[in-house]
Amino acid sequence: MTKEKHRNSGLGALSIKNVTKVYDPEGVNVLAVDDCSMEIAGGEVCMIVGPSGCGKTTLLNAIAGFHSVTEGSIHLDGDLLCGPSKPLADQGADRMVVFQHGALFPWKTLQENVAYGPMVQKVLAPREAMDKASTMLAEAGLGSFLTKYPGEVSSGMARRAEIVRALINDPKVLLLDEPYRAMDALTKQIMHESLLETYDRTGVTIFFITHDLEEAIFLGDKVHIVTTRPCQLKKTVEVKIPRPRSYETQSSEAFRKLLEEVSDAVHEEAVKAFQAGEREMA
Amino acid sequence: MAMGIALRMGIDMSANSSTTNQNGKIIAPQGFDLFVYKTKKYLGQLDPYLTLMGIGLWLFAYWVLCEGLQIWRFDKLPGPVAISKDWFAVDPFQGISIFTQEYYDHIIVSCRRILIAFGIATAFGVPLGLFMGWSRTIRDYIFPIIEVLRPIPILAWVPLSILLLPGFEGPVLFLATLASFFVTTLNAMLGVDSIDEEYFRAAGCLGSSRWDVFKNVVVPGALPFIFTGLQISIGVAWFSLVAAEMVSGDLGLGYLIVDAYMNNVTVPMVIAMITLGFIGYFSSAMVRMLGNKLMAWHVKELSQQGR
Repeated sequence: MTKEKHRNSGLGALSIKNVTKVYDPEGVNVLAVDDCSMEIAGGEVCMIVGPSGCGKTTLLNAIAGFHSVTEGSIHLDGDLLCGPSKPLADQGADRMVVFQHGALFPWKTLQENVAYGPMVQKVLAPREAMDKASTMLAEAGLGSFLTKYPGEVSSGMARRAEIVRALINDPKVLLLDEPYRAMDALTKQIMHESLLETYDRTGVTIFFITHDLEEAIFLGDKVHIVTTRPCQLKKTVEVKIPRPRSYETQSSEAFRKLLEEVSDAVHEEAVKAFQAGEREMA
Repeated sequence: MAMGIALRMGIDMSANSSTTNQNGKIIAPQGFDLFVYKTKKYLGQLDPYLTLMGIGLWLFAYWVLCEGLQIWRFDKLPGPVAISKDWFAVDPFQGISIFTQEYYDHIIVSCRRILIAFGIATAFGVPLGLFMGWSRTIRDYIFPIIEVLRPIPILAWVPLSILLLPGFEGPVLFLATLASFFVTTLNAMLGVDSIDEEYFRAAGCLGSSRWDVFKNVVVPGALPFIFTGLQISIGVAWFSLVAAEMVSGDLGLGYLIVDAYMNNVTVPMVIAMITLGFIGYFSSAMVRMLGNKLMAWHVKELSQQGR
């Protein structure tokens, strides 16, 4: 039901238009993103795939409001996030980020971490926020870890709690930056299923950066392949595998064909990035 | 010792004090039982015996040098026998023992000074360091000055502090506070610097105001560094307090050392030194305990890493 509501109202549509980002850390201009445009419909799972250090994270940082854009504009549901008149987007709870290395506050318990957002935004009283946090953590299978600190649970559990911490704020967009990068294949599988289940329940727009191609196809509605630095949209592959998906999907013929298509496009960029000798940037 | 080794080999593994209830569920020992279990386990290890042996060896060497063989120059120092005879005597030969009021007067005065100096240094140093780490502007104003003042040895401040402040108490407190303050401030600031940028970003995303970030990210994130700093700073406070008491003082353990030296009584001098060692040890242990209490998350995280 919730999903339908999101889909129908088309909430969380991101429109990235001609975004360019130039860094000049040491007096030399580095072009990270060059005239990159993308349209992401509300409630879509959009996977961004590209070689390491190509500027994918720069794009995410611009949407989240961590970095400014040099040129171009980004709109969320028609409202300007950042553009020529306002290069740096405001940070806000309508776009929640799940970080590459995990950023649950290690000094707060899982429950306190999840309750933090509604509490500081004052949308819920502390008591209610803690109750809602415990309910949502229980739904994510973390009911018996409420009072544990992030350092006491496995990385998979911490990551799941971090996604709950994002979702409790009812964001329009979930921005994930290679969240499962450091995980072993088995844990990753479980995390994927859990994320798909969450998505089927909430229908939130997902902007997901990865360079795991199977992950991209398994989770996504669309896979955007971007070029090596500077980052530009190279190709978009639509994944027309029906939802709900389960891990058997990965052995289907359709899946294999998509994987081949994406691999071909990415491989070329990976070779270019390798030849440019770009250092792996986290 | 042989027992210690045998227990290390794992022979004791079955003898832990966990009990099993009717349902066959294992219940971990608690309270007094846990204490007994932990004590037994500790005594079953090699470490306490090695420690005891180390202390014994050290004392023996000290005794041989000063009293046993009376090696040249060492014969002028009081040995362990002479010290303990006086220290625990009801009527000490050289004036200071655990039965004389004077001994406790010196201890109390020094401890009170440390409490005041460390208290002031912490009350001002921690917030200042946090604000310096948090705000570029505040850092730009204050940090360069602190960095120039900090390397000045605390003894170099003695004349200035005597000129500036009246009486004995003022200069002594000033010097101990100053030394402790620099360490505390710097560590609090570095503590903020050590916080991963992603926590600030996450806090921003979650809709925190600047003040929310300070309370929920800056302060708790800097705590491990702050407490490392406080442990160093209480040591530095003792160091500079004693130095100050030796130069300008009327009471206190530092004064006792100089006073004894001037009057050619060596036993109280060494008693004061050993007392300082023990009190210093306990004061940093107390700071550490308070830190561990405030940072349960940190302690648990470290124990997960097997530390």
